[in-house]
Amino acid sequence: MKYESQSVAKLYFIAAIGLFVGQIVFGLIMGLQYVIGDFMFPEIPFNVARMVHTNLLIVWLLFGFMGAAYYLVPEEAETELHSPMLAKLMFWVFLVAGALTILGYLLVPYATLAEMTGNHLLPTMGREFLEQPTITKIGIVIVALTFLYNIAFTVLKGRKTVITLILLLGLAGLAIFFLFSFYNPDNLVKDKYYWWFVVHLWVEGVWELIMASILAFVLIKTTGVDREIIEKWLYIIVAMALITGLIGTGHHFFWIGAPEYWLWWGSIFSALEPIPFFMMTVFAFNMVNKRRINHPNQPAVLWALGTAVMAFLGAGVWGFMHTLAPVNYYTHGTQITAAHGHMAFYGAYVMIVLAIISYAMPMMRGRKACNSAASQIVEMWSFWLMTIAMVFITLFLTGAGILQVWLQRFSDEPMSFMVVQDKIELFYWMREGAGVVFLIGLLLYVYSFFVGGEERTVEKKV
Amino acid sequence: MYIQESIKTKYPPGDLALWIFICAELLVFAIFFAAYAFTRASNIELFNQYQTTLNTDLALLNTIALLTSSYFVVSAIISIKENKQKQSTRFLFLSIIGGFAFLIMKMAEYSHHMSEGINLTTNLFYMFYLSLTFFHFMHVILGIMVLIILWLNTRKGLYTADNHGGLVSGGAYWHMVDLVWLILFPLIYIMR
Repeated sequence: MKYESQSVAKLYFIAAIGLFVGQIVFGLIMGLQYVIGDFMFPEIPFNVARMVHTNLLIVWLLFGFMGAAYYLVPEEAETELHSPMLAKLMFWVFLVAGALTILGYLLVPYATLAEMTGNHLLPTMGREFLEQPTITKIGIVIVALTFLYNIAFTVLKGRKTVITLILLLGLAGLAIFFLFSFYNPDNLVKDKYYWWFVVHLWVEGVWELIMASILAFVLIKTTGVDREIIEKWLYIIVAMALITGLIGTGHHFFWIGAPEYWLWWGSIFSALEPIPFFMMTVFAFNMVNKRRINHPNQPAVLWALGTAVMAFLGAGVWGFMHTLAPVNYYTHGTQITAAHGHMAFYGAYVMIVLAIISYAMPMMRGRKACNSAASQIVEMWSFWLMTIAMVFITLFLTGAGILQVWLQRFSDEPMSFMVVQDKIELFYWMREGAGVVFLIGLLLYVYSFFVGGEERTVEKKV
Repeated sequence: MYIQESIKTKYPPGDLALWIFICAELLVFAIFFAAYAFTRASNIELFNQYQTTLNTDLALLNTIALLTSSYFVVSAIISIKENKQKQSTRFLFLSIIGGFAFLIMKMAEYSHHMSEGINLTTNLFYMFYLSLTFFHFMHVILGIMVLIILWLNTRKGLYTADNHGGLVSGGAYWHMVDLVWLILFPLIYIMR
């Protein structure tokens, strides 16, 4: 670790991993509720478990992105963080606000929570993924702006690199697009537009910039490849991500009451969304092949390569599978969407956060470059367990989705939703099994931090 | 002289990363063109009827503007290979003028359509016409921005006979914009 202030990232990373465990536990509860409908009812109804599962994911990824920024920006800008104190203060504000929100979801009915938090004054609650009480949303904006201020001032006083520029662009976009969550029009079509302006423009727009810049940073550090080469790739990946991702928002407008031309615009541009992810895969492997050093932190390189491949599969291939309007006409809102969502989030965002944690954490905990060989082996086991489990979760959900489309929407005598849910029960059980393996992988990941031993030798020239 | 130089030029000229980007861009247009062709095949009468409302003369002038502009970019690269920076700067300036000429003529066309109340929802033909040409229009704007950067860099003397990779890469992008129009023009304006 080159700069003292980089260590604030540690708090963010620890919180991220803690919330990640929580997210998976609620995922398992919900997975079981698919087959045992009244499991844990009325304590944790399905809608609450789902809300906690998805909200925890978003919050822990945000912790991860912020931690990543606090770690890499001082190193890239070659200067201490503008205000480490502010970073620590905002961490606690965000953590407490996040914890109170989750407790609110769990302890009181959602409608009561809305009433308690004064939702009627500025109604923003009730939309999927953006269920947070208005007061929490205001808190998120304050934290995001303070964070941006801290990062931007660090960049401004130091060296400006393409990585920090793109990261800053991504983070600014993240903050700006979140503001659409405060607009809650009565018109349902408009409501959907603005909802997607947050959800889509985050995950298929600006988050991709954040992902690409973190990936570039980890690759520069672990491969020793010239910055100029990596930056050049970064430019074209980002340009392509923006061209396809921004107009690709149209694939959400197919059936919401928007004009017909969106069927074309949405289909064509979103069909090309796999391109930037494919470029990222080529980029990552190319850089590792051209490496000038053999970095001793093997799990970090593994996560970096893994994120490129899994993001391409999950976001690219599984997204393409149902993005064309004539296909989406049948698959919309089925388990195929869930399959895509799981692998895309894991591949693109979970793995990139784990990659930067894997790279940075050993140094923040006082090691020179990496953990012991024993710890690295445990971490690589966790990589494979989680990744293979996620592949199976995706495959089982895809199987469930195909069957669901067939029985419920395509066959000559379509069955009702609940009847079909019974028919695809086996897939849900298998998904739950894969989910348990995922949790074991995650617990191994946490355990890897506590495996001691001698540090592996530092980097060798190739 | 030029032939000898071009033999020495590496293949592909310019930056490989940019060529990947160009291929990705061409793929976007290719899918759009294919969608147009398939839709046209099942709506021939509609497409024939509304194709006649387009201004072919202006589109031809636009083709000439882009081709001339591309010629000036090639001339600028030849000049830089002979270390003639001033001449190269002049050629780049002329290529930028060509780009702006395209934008002005295209905007005149759009303003005519808008005055007639035509928009994306008017019919399937206009949806494709407006989508394709506007997407290309945005590329012309980006291409002009690239040309302006190249022009400024050449004025500053950043490119020489030995080091002009940036100029070649930027030029390749501008040729791509040109090439797309060369397909778009006959496909939408002429073929019936």
